[in-house]
Amino acid sequence: MAITLSILEQGLIYAVLALGVYITYKILDFPDLTVDSSFPLGAAVSAILITKGLNAYLCLIVSFLAGAAAGLTTGIIHVKFKVRDLLSGIITMTMLYSINLHIAGKANLPIFNSENIFSISPLKDYLGGFNTLFIIFLVVLAAKLVLDWYLKTKSGYLLRAVGDNPTLVTSLSKDNGTVKIIGLVIANALVSLSGAVMCQQQRFFEISMGTGAIVIGLASVIIGINLFKTASFLKPTTAVILGSVVYKACVAIAISFGLSATDMKLITGALFLAVLILGNLGKGKKSNA
Amino acid sequence: MLELRNIKKIFNQNTVNETTVFDNFNLSVKKGDFVSVIGSNGSGKTTMLNIICGSLPIEGGEIIIGDRNLTGQKEYKRYKNIGRVYQNPSLGTCPSMTLLENMSLADNKGKIYGLGRGTDKKRINYYKQLLSRLNLGLEDKLYVKVGLLSGGQRQAVALLMSTMTPIDFLILDEHTAALDPKTAEVIMQLTRELVIEKKITAIMVTHNLKYAVEYGNRLIMMCDGKAIIDKSGKEKEEISVDDILDTFNKISIEKGN
Repeated sequence: MAITLSILEQGLIYAVLALGVYITYKILDFPDLTVDSSFPLGAAVSAILITKGLNAYLCLIVSFLAGAAAGLTTGIIHVKFKVRDLLSGIITMTMLYSINLHIAGKANLPIFNSENIFSISPLKDYLGGFNTLFIIFLVVLAAKLVLDWYLKTKSGYLLRAVGDNPTLVTSLSKDNGTVKIIGLVIANALVSLSGAVMCQQQRFFEISMGTGAIVIGLASVIIGINLFKTASFLKPTTAVILGSVVYKACVAIAISFGLSATDMKLITGALFLAVLILGNLGKGKKSNA
Repeated sequence: MLELRNIKKIFNQNTVNETTVFDNFNLSVKKGDFVSVIGSNGSGKTTMLNIICGSLPIEGGEIIIGDRNLTGQKEYKRYKNIGRVYQNPSLGTCPSMTLLENMSLADNKGKIYGLGRGTDKKRINYYKQLLSRLNLGLEDKLYVKVGLLSGGQRQAVALLMSTMTPIDFLILDEHTAALDPKTAEVIMQLTRELVIEKKITAIMVTHNLKYAVEYGNRLIMMCDGKAIIDKSGKEKEEISVDDILDTFNKISIEKGN
C-alpha cells in the first residue's frame, strides 16, 4: 500500500514535468535539455523561499515563473542568436547549475522543519495518509486542464503548428521564433513547478535532483503516447500523465527486485532505452504488414 | 502592383561555385494579373518566388508590392498580404491538426493569435460551405487530421487556406506538380475561380505548358535569369503549346543539352 501510494505520488509529480517535456519534445520537436536544470531550479526557489517563511503555495507560483525565465533564456539563445536547439538547452542547463547553487545557498537544503503545501492543506485532517497524494493530484489536474485549454486557443494552435509545419506559420505571417520561445517558456515553467512540488514532498532541495530529469520526462511522454495510442478518447496530456505513473511503477518494480538506490539512474536510463527499443519494434511490425 | 527592380542574386558569392542567377532582373506585374511563369530547371523561376517572399536574400535591387517596399523585410512580415501554395502539398497544411483546426488557423491570419478560442464555432458552417465547393467530400471530414488526407485533398485545402483572408498577391509554386492529372485539373480550376472571384494578383510557376497557355492573362518564359518570352493580353491568347516547345528546343540546342 505504502509503495503504491509512493509510486502514485512520485509519478504524478513527475507528470507535471512530463507535460512540460511533452510541449517541447512532442509539440515543438525541440530536444530541450534545459529541463535537467529547470527542475532543480523550481526546487531551489521553493526551498529557499519556504525557509524565508513565504506561503508554500505562493512558492509554487514563484518557482513556476522562475522556470518560465529559464525557458525564455533557452528560447532567446536559440532564436535570437541562432544557436542549435540542443546546444541552447545545454548552455542554459550548465549556467543554471551555478545559479541554482546561488539561489539555495548550498548543494543541500533541508526544509524538514518548515511548513509546505501538504502540511498547510486545510483538508489534511480528513484525508490522513492520502493528503499528499490529493494535493499533488490537484496540482497535476490544474496543470493539465490549463494546458488543454491553452492548446485549444489561437495561440495554442499556432504552437502546435510550429512544430508540425513551420512553413505554414510563416505563411500566416507569424514569426516562428516567437512561437517557439512561448512554447519553451510554458514547458520549463511546468518543469520548474514539478521540481517545486517534488522538493516540498521530499522536504529537501538537492542540487543533483535534476540529473536525468529529461530522461524521466521523455520516457513518460513516449510511454504515455505509445501505450495509449489506440485509446483515442484519451487526450495526449492524459496519456502523458499516465505514462509518468507507469514509468515510476516500472522503476519501483525494478528496485523491488533487489536493485539498490545507487542503481537508480542506471535503471532510469535502461528503462528508457527499453521503451525506445520496444517502440521501434512496434513500428517495424507496422511497416512490414 | 508587384515591382522587381534591378534584382541581383548570386549564390555562393566569392567561392568557386559562384553562380549569378539574376543580374539586373526587372519585372512588373499589374494589379489583377494572373501570370504563368515557365522555364527549364535552373532558369530562376523558383528563385524569383523565393526572392519575392524573402526566403532568399538578394545582393541588390528592390522589391515593391503595392505601396510597400519589401526589400530587406523579414519573410514572415511579407506574408501579411501574400498567400503561397507550394509544390509539396504537406507544406500548406498542418498534418497533425484536424481540418477544422487548420481552417481556423488560416481564418485568423492577419489578426492576433491570442488566448481566444482557437475555433470559432459560428464559422464552422462557413468552412463547410467553402470546402463543399471543392466536391471532394471534405465538408464531412472537418474532424479528420489533415495528415490522413490525400495529396490532392491537402493541396485543395492549402489553396483555400491561403486565400481565405484578404491578400493582394498569390504565389503558386508548381502547385499541381505533385498531383495526378485529374486532381491537378480540379486544383487549376479552383485556382482560376478563386483568383477571379477574389480579384487576386497571382504568379504561377509551372512545368505544365498546357496550364501555362490555358490559364492566366500573361505568360513569361524564363531562361538564365531573363524573361525571354513575355506575352500578355491578346498576344498571350494566341500563343500555343507548340510555340513554346519550339523555343524550349532552341534553347536546349544552343546550350548543348
